[in-house]
Amino acid sequence: MIIENNAVFFNDLLIFRDEPSVEFTDFIKKAYKFLKIEYPKFFKMDNLSKLAFTGADIILRDITRDKEENNVALVLANRSSSADTDIKYQKSIENKSDYYPSPAVFVYTLPNICLGEISIKHKLYSENTFFIFDRYNEDYMANYSAYLIQSGKAEKVLCGWVEFLKGNYRLAFYLYI
Amino acid sequence: MELLKEELKNKIIEVLNLEEVVPGDIADDAPLFGEGLGLDSIDALELIVLLDKDYGIKVTDPKDGKVIFKSINALASFVAENKTK
Amino acid sequence: MKNSSVYINDYNCITPLGFDVQHNMQHIRMGNTAIKPVVKDFAPATPLYLGEIGDNELNRESERLAGIETFTRLERLMILCLEPIIDKERLGARTGLIVSTTKGNIRALESIDVTPEAVELAKLAKRVAGYFGIVTEPIVVSNACVSGILSIAVAKRYIQMGIFDEVYVIAGDEVSEFVISGFNAFQAMDAKVCQPYDKDRNGINLGEAVAAVKLSEMPGWFKVIGDGAINDANHISGPSRTGEGLYRSLVSAFKEASVNVEDIGFISAHGTATVFNDEMEAIAFNRMGLQNIPVHSLKAYYGHTLGASGLLETVIAMQAVKENKTIISKGFETTGTSLPINISIEEEAKDIRYFVKTASGFGGCNTAVIFEKVK
Repeated sequence: MIIENNAVFFNDLLIFRDEPSVEFTDFIKKAYKFLKIEYPKFFKMDNLSKLAFTGADIILRDITRDKEENNVALVLANRSSSADTDIKYQKSIENKSDYYPSPAVFVYTLPNICLGEISIKHKLYSENTFFIFDRYNEDYMANYSAYLIQSGKAEKVLCGWVEFLKGNYRLAFYLYI
Repeated sequence: MELLKEELKNKIIEVLNLEEVVPGDIADDAPLFGEGLGLDSIDALELIVLLDKDYGIKVTDPKDGKVIFKSINALASFVAENKTK
Repeated sequence: MKNSSVYINDYNCITPLGFDVQHNMQHIRMGNTAIKPVVKDFAPATPLYLGEIGDNELNRESERLAGIETFTRLERLMILCLEPIIDKERLGARTGLIVSTTKGNIRALESIDVTPEAVELAKLAKRVAGYFGIVTEPIVVSNACVSGILSIAVAKRYIQMGIFDEVYVIAGDEVSEFVISGFNAFQAMDAKVCQPYDKDRNGINLGEAVAAVKLSEMPGWFKVIGDGAINDANHISGPSRTGEGLYRSLVSAFKEASVNVEDIGFISAHGTATVFNDEMEAIAFNRMGLQNIPVHSLKAYYGHTLGASGLLETVIAMQAVKENKTIISKGFETTGTSLPINISIEEEAKDIRYFVKTASGFGGCNTAVIFEKVK
């Protein structure tokens, strides 16, 4: 499953698309509505979490629906960590005469918060790890996912890349069974 | 007081990103946390920042939030009594 | 995957209490703390209680390694910490490097005209790897406050998958205005030295440290025998009231390790000294049947060192096990959790074979790892 250039692909099929000129925040809101996710906390998330959450929902909605708990591990990676929100937060503490750091922004200055958001929505009481690489390292990511399944620590693994920085983004998720 | 209540409702919606809520959805005496708007502990901290930034009120013990943020009525009286700007 | 045993072969740490493990341990045994009142220009009104590494000491120590002055302060600390445990003869195509950090070079954002590349964690990791000539791509684990201990599990897992023969783990985070202002906005910082598990506990102190561990299949001092890193699925900043993720992480680790809870010598817990974290841990330990096992937090010695904490606290725990003595949980006087746990108020000399390290963090993450003393 891929989200890039304002288009959402699932199993190589285009399921939603918007004009390339549309800003990410508008695009992801439209995708959220199109996918009928109906989860008010979505609007409180930062852009990285909105992206990861939307991608995960497409893959997980049929797997986790009506279940009390799910053992789908989350193994995600990106390049910029939470830098997009870090920069936003840093701006809020630059001016000492207007110094009101926001707890709701600060909490998203960690890349693994999106793992928490996905886990809460889909009741994933499961292994989760966030890695950082220059670019997607399939060898490391696939082997880590394989370990979780072979060791019995997870039934399935949602593994992939979720990058967001200054409006540029890319998501590519895979489900290992 | 009615103006202040309306102002607070608008600010809460904006600051807490309550995308699908309009001021008319928030009853003056309804609880803000738990049921109702479904606000949580981060929202409470964010409202504490709002009180500081817009009304010059410092709340240093998050536990005080339970009383202050009970409802729009409670919040409006608190702001009216304590605001310094 | 291989069912091979993974060992800890060597370890080191740098903190405000010392530039090696021995000095750190001496200070801990004397009950000293790294946390001091400091007045910062961005918060002039009241002193902040922080555990910071002195720049004079750092500069003095840096002189022993040529060419490290071009690295950032955090990278220098990481290099200084790793250098004594790197076995240069054996470094090769099957040597891995794992870097654990939450905020890396975040201080770079304070300067004007900085590009986002300056704070990229993969670049930091590559510079550290490059210094030692480690040729495999470094792995950065950035999973909030469990990063340090989770990195041990990640290293073990990669060795068992046959990806590496040996892995160096380096964990580090600095005190920065970024992090201080954030925890302040969370009203999570104590205005004195913190008091983990005490009834008067009132939040964290922030600290900084780096810690390093070498793991391989070659027999060493400790064996990593079980691990779990399971999410609370509850809230992105508040810990689960049932200790769900921590309890399940412990269940997962104990299942893999096949040891009984009563055989555990002590628990090196997270113990941040926030009201909710410490309460959550007490609940999880009780659910797991660990309530009688001696438990300590090192936060009143070092403060919360974020991505370094889990690894630093493991290093100190290993040293305590080598000495066959438990560690006093500094700052604790009166029970302050709804369920009792066995907080260490004095050093107990005993033969310790197993210990457990746990951590929990933002995003609902938790990790538990069980270690066995080998010799």
